[in-house]
Amino acid sequence: MTAIAPSNRLDAEALPPQPASPAAVAWRRFQRHRLAMVGMFMLLAVALFVTIGSLFVHGYCSGLKQDVIGERWANCNDTSQIRQPPSSSYLFGTDSVGRDLFARVIFGGQISLLIGVCAALLEVIVGSIVGAVAAYYGGWVDNVLMRLTEAMLNIPSLFLLIVISKFFGGSLPDINLFGRHLTGSVAVIILVIALTSWMYLARIVRASVLSLRERDYVSAARALGVSDRRIIFTHLLPNTLAPIVVTATLGVANAILSEAYVSFLGLGVTGATATWGNMLEGAYRYLEAAPWLWFFPGILILLTVLGVNFVGDGLRDALDPGGLKDL
Amino acid sequence: MTAFVIRRLLQAVPQLFIISVLLFGLMQAFGDPIATLGGRTPPRAEDRERLTRLLGLDQPVWMQYAFWLAGNDWFMMDRDGDGIGDTPGGRRGVLRGDWGTSLVTRKPVMEDIADRLPNTLLLGLVGEIVIIIGSLTIGIYSALNRYTFVDNVITALSFAGFSMPVFWLALMLMYIFAVNFRRWGLPYLPTVGMFDPDVGPSLSELLRHMVLPVATLSLISIAGYSRYVRSSMLDVLGQDYIRTAKAKGLTAVKVLRKHALQNAALPFVTLIGLDLPFLLAGATVTESIFAWPGMGRLFLERTDRADYPTLMAILMMISIAVVFFQLITDLVYSFLDPRIRLD
Repeated sequence: MTAIAPSNRLDAEALPPQPASPAAVAWRRFQRHRLAMVGMFMLLAVALFVTIGSLFVHGYCSGLKQDVIGERWANCNDTSQIRQPPSSSYLFGTDSVGRDLFARVIFGGQISLLIGVCAALLEVIVGSIVGAVAAYYGGWVDNVLMRLTEAMLNIPSLFLLIVISKFFGGSLPDINLFGRHLTGSVAVIILVIALTSWMYLARIVRASVLSLRERDYVSAARALGVSDRRIIFTHLLPNTLAPIVVTATLGVANAILSEAYVSFLGLGVTGATATWGNMLEGAYRYLEAAPWLWFFPGILILLTVLGVNFVGDGLRDALDPGGLKDL
Repeated sequence: MTAFVIRRLLQAVPQLFIISVLLFGLMQAFGDPIATLGGRTPPRAEDRERLTRLLGLDQPVWMQYAFWLAGNDWFMMDRDGDGIGDTPGGRRGVLRGDWGTSLVTRKPVMEDIADRLPNTLLLGLVGEIVIIIGSLTIGIYSALNRYTFVDNVITALSFAGFSMPVFWLALMLMYIFAVNFRRWGLPYLPTVGMFDPDVGPSLSELLRHMVLPVATLSLISIAGYSRYVRSSMLDVLGQDYIRTAKAKGLTAVKVLRKHALQNAALPFVTLIGLDLPFLLAGATVTESIFAWPGMGRLFLERTDRADYPTLMAILMMISIAVVFFQLITDLVYSFLDPRIRLD
């Protein structure tokens, strides 16, 4: 056997350049993705609109006989100003009970985004755990979980959404979050959306864990006596991160759309809390008479979902391990 | 092949059982069906008690499920409320083809469904044809003209298409083609129902009323599916056999039709095949906006009134169709692609 003579001098130039970490490569590819950057910009704009904007909305509430700001203005109704078209005092017009649509779009946007992000997170948690547990344990656990997954995939998603939101309807108490008072139906909607959307991710995660669990490092971990839970959470799931991240991102878009559908059908967030979805409920009756009622919440949903989809598309390309070679 | 079909059908039995248990459990929270039985006036206390016994709602949930599944003609129902069973029930159960009686119309559930199903299928099938033609045309065109200006515009529009809430698209279409076209004195389209009650039903009326709902249904699907066709077409166009076909001197049209298209269409067949069963469900949102009397609206109306026999029938019918069409899709796929063995 001929050994390569070790060089005495460590020549920096002779060494191959340090390969970039996968995360750095992914980030570089993401930045090059033009649509993804447009999407990021759109999301940033919407996020700034609903946060910074909420600090500035104000007006004179005739019901309370005083100037009010923030959410109180968004919920202040003035029956003398019903369905006013957009003007300089009401930028987006007013709704059927005379509330400022501009302020409601801002505060509704906060809730819609909150619902989108929370539902996607919950969806990812349920989906990855179900998928990983099914694949890791196999046998009857796998059988039961996957039959359940298939069963839920067989029901049209909108019907499932309706059935499950009826099931949980009005059963959760009100909550306070960041100084905002939210009706329990916000939590119900988050739960319902997550419970109707985890199935695809569960299948993806299951497929990739099935192949990962046969790897040597997993056997090694098991031989060392590492607990099942630790193997799943520190060895298996992190290696399926790419599909999880993409699903989580696109899940936000789906959740915002689902919230809009459920609310449109009158099963969504109830009470004074505005969301983009429940602002649209009943607005279609004023198709001709007051198009601003449905136009503005709809265009914001469209912009947000479009932004999320662009970003998701960029992430999918950036995280695709098969494509890592080209950089 | 036969073994494959039989195995799949046997697998479907437990699957459908799980779905039915799951749905029946969820139905329990739909509210009180008796409260709305008499229309607006709530029933008197003694009527309520009698109706509860009559419908078997006094039984535990698992017994109600057993009645739904296997009927109650083998069980002594307690009609007079003395706690002792006296009369056998009259239901034969789903397993023997009895889907029960609607709590709203008091008609057999299947009659209610048969009233609505043709309307839904009419809308859905026409929509599906538009989807297939539209997404194939657009997908192939953008694959052949990749990264040109038109392709980029199509990409942007498709993203906008599947990011749009379906009802918002419907409202925009109505606003442009019904409201504003009338305002501008152009020929405008109707927005509600299947025909104008003043004119009466006729084919041309029906077609006119279908334009906007079909457009709503298909535009969003076309946006998604044309991307799919585009990427599978690009995959195929990069294959060696396409280069071979070109090298042996086939015309571009022939390469496209004989070699590229046939292979690129395979995944698309799966997509459409798995879509078809959901046509039975109808397009809930589209049907409610355009007041189209179909299955989706039936489902919504009956949800409000906790008519669980109808809801269960609709949902189970779709589930059976899904299982069936998955099987059909696999068979068609193996027929189109001889490399796939079903065993």
